[in-house]
Amino acid sequence: MIKFNVKNKDHILLIGFIIVVALAPVIFAPIGAGYPDLLQKFAIFGIFAIGFNILFGLTGYLSFGHAAFLGVGSYTAVWTFKLLTMNVIPALILSTLFAGLFALVIGFIVLRRSGIYFSILTLAFAQMSYNLAYSVLTPITNGETGLQLALHDARVLDGVFGVTRGEGLPSTTLFGMAMSGWSGYYFCGVVLIIMFYISLRIFRSPFGMMLRAVKSNQNRMSYTGLNTRPYTLAAFVISGMYAGLAGGLMAITDPLAGAERMQWTASGEVVLMTILGGTGTLLGPVIGAGVIKYFENIFSSFNEGILMDAFSFLPEMLQHAVVSITGLFVGEGWHLTLGALFMVIVIFLPGGLMEGIARIGNVTRRWLKPKPVATTEADAAASE
Amino acid sequence: MHYCGANREILLGSRIQFNSEDSQLMSKIDNSKRKFLKTSAIIGVGVSAPLIFTNAHAAYRNEPKGSTVTFGFNVPQTGAYADEGADELRAYELAVQHINGEGDGGMLNTFSSKALKGNGINGKKVVYVTGDTQTKSDAARASAKRMIEKDGAIMITGGSSSGVAIAVQGLCQEAGVIFMAGLTHSNDTTGKDKRANGFRHFFNTEMTGAALAPVLKNNYGTDRVAYHLTADYTWGWSQEGSIRKYTEAMGWKTVQAVKTPVGAGDFSQYITPVLNSGADVLVLNHYGKDMVNSLTQAVQFGLREKTVNGKQFEIVVPLYSRLMAAGAGEAVKGIFGSTNWHWSLQDAGSQAFVKSFGQAYGFPPSQAAHTTYCQALLYADACQRAGTFMPSQVGKALEGFKFDGLGNGPTEYRAEDHQCFKDVLVVKGKENPTSKFDVLEVVEVTPRAQVEYPASMLGGNLGPYNNG
Repeated sequence: MIKFNVKNKDHILLIGFIIVVALAPVIFAPIGAGYPDLLQKFAIFGIFAIGFNILFGLTGYLSFGHAAFLGVGSYTAVWTFKLLTMNVIPALILSTLFAGLFALVIGFIVLRRSGIYFSILTLAFAQMSYNLAYSVLTPITNGETGLQLALHDARVLDGVFGVTRGEGLPSTTLFGMAMSGWSGYYFCGVVLIIMFYISLRIFRSPFGMMLRAVKSNQNRMSYTGLNTRPYTLAAFVISGMYAGLAGGLMAITDPLAGAERMQWTASGEVVLMTILGGTGTLLGPVIGAGVIKYFENIFSSFNEGILMDAFSFLPEMLQHAVVSITGLFVGEGWHLTLGALFMVIVIFLPGGLMEGIARIGNVTRRWLKPKPVATTEADAAASE
Repeated sequence: MHYCGANREILLGSRIQFNSEDSQLMSKIDNSKRKFLKTSAIIGVGVSAPLIFTNAHAAYRNEPKGSTVTFGFNVPQTGAYADEGADELRAYELAVQHINGEGDGGMLNTFSSKALKGNGINGKKVVYVTGDTQTKSDAARASAKRMIEKDGAIMITGGSSSGVAIAVQGLCQEAGVIFMAGLTHSNDTTGKDKRANGFRHFFNTEMTGAALAPVLKNNYGTDRVAYHLTADYTWGWSQEGSIRKYTEAMGWKTVQAVKTPVGAGDFSQYITPVLNSGADVLVLNHYGKDMVNSLTQAVQFGLREKTVNGKQFEIVVPLYSRLMAAGAGEAVKGIFGSTNWHWSLQDAGSQAFVKSFGQAYGFPPSQAAHTTYCQALLYADACQRAGTFMPSQVGKALEGFKFDGLGNGPTEYRAEDHQCFKDVLVVKGKENPTSKFDVLEVVEVTPRAQVEYPASMLGGNLGPYNNG
């Protein structure tokens, strides 16, 4: 029998992850999510949540301002398109770097406090960034309308390399490959896999262990003479860079950056994603991001007509009754459904969807491997 | 919707063909390179197969192949403009019925173009999908993308915010579908940010300024000091700019212009400073629930009973709608503004529309409902006249199109900026409303010639059509 050590399990996890990303268009088609824009969002918000999880899941520092880094990444990417080139590589690198720098500055200040004070400080910083982007910095951010490409942007590098200017607006490319539609999704997917792998390595590294130690008891760490600040700051910057990268990808697949990306509700969303999927787990944040984006895009599109069709097998009286009740939970009521789902999960599965998956796994394993009666009873007693 | 399924089968078929071709190829290649090639071929097929989904040998994006054609209605269902969004959706549903030959036909009967016969467009029945813009650019683009990529929408229309309209218009240009703007009043939509694939029936702040200024001059004189409260986004800026341009030209002074966030809810902190600013006119560049709140609060603060500089204090709301006026109730009485259309108009088109809308929903339509209904009809008519749904052909059919019978009198879709030009209504909150819908009265119909401006004035560049 093959013995699974952690490393083997990780390889299987990674391979499974790659397969799911590669076959996503087919896998998600039956639930109506197999179209490029939503899959791009799955990947992008997956990266965002993975990065957030490195901070929150490992160190326990709950940041309520991560959307600010996402916004910085988006604005940087769009400015790169405007000033340098429509090629996505510089945009990706610069958006990650700028978000990292921004995170370094903010992290240096806010990490002086922990717990609720840290959360409030990050919230304040994010709200400040949002208001700056929304009105004060309008020349840079174009305010509420959002930063867009224009026909007469400089695009210096494109000029140097002799890329011909078309009549219309240019689109983002990876050395000639368009970054919208399916190719855009696969680009995001590859980046997601890389970022997932990096997060996996961080989780398994001594650095990751140190971060977990911070979470379990920071005071004890300090008493042993260890300065935890560099570690938490590093985690903060790394997760800020993840967010910046996600923001850059958002601009790559859709070259527009709006201030509402930085609003506190957007920061709250990534917290929801992580908790919904499973804090501190590798896969949880990605699943949580997928669930929330699915609700936002698909559930919100169900209108009365679709419901009427779905329940057309019922007698007419009953059909109208069922539609009027379910109608409250779809369409504009998708927030309601999400809220209910979130409550159910937090109450019954505090470890998020990953805990649910683990429980199902345990149950099926027990069914698949019937044990002698005595042992099962002993097990049951032990588990009680 | 059926056509989507059929499409997928074709695509899966082509993918299988692809595979067999690959294996034939492979048998000719020697063994050592085989493994490498096989892996790369699998990856290649995996990557390229979904690519075929998007351009399935169509002449243009989302070319309808079945017996139906899909419209995408992208309206705010939540947020500060939700009332307008709900009314837009009602109008769209009505328009689809009329195009498909159901109901009483509404304005199709009075429309000057007789191309549509009430049997759909180009022989195809119209079906629709909906999305919620949430009055946020990102959310609006996401729902528009869903409708284009997943539901195969041939045209996107709707919206109740200029910021959203500009963002979605840009997206439709990139995606290669036509965008028929809904309620968007900023100059930029068909000015600085205009796009070839985008069309607007609604008027803009430039026209509001040109139409409203003479009325303000006649009623309030030329020696006034104005204070602006402005919704902080493209429409607010545009509105403030246009009103300042025209009022300052006739001698008014602007003492201050304060930007307020959209959806602020409580405007008291912005209204208190107005009392001590020395201004005798307050201009509220707000729309939707924002306008309802700010106007109600301004009236509650007693601004209208004040006398400043020896003159009665006045409030102006440049862009009015019946929904807002009804929301603000008593507060709107005697307040001037402009509007694109009002249900009390007596021409045959307006009456036909009010009749069929009233029969379906039990109350008269708002200007948002009117403009979106017109847009749906105008698009359908252009497709019928062009004989195709190809964006460039449909666009050509709309450019310079002159029509009548849609409630605004003779109207033209100007070719240079895809903006409709028509008469503008200056309205006033009614002093003695006879019903809860009868809240506005038309003070003046400003003729088209007075509000027209050269297309070059607002800058921007249409660029070429994109067929996707």
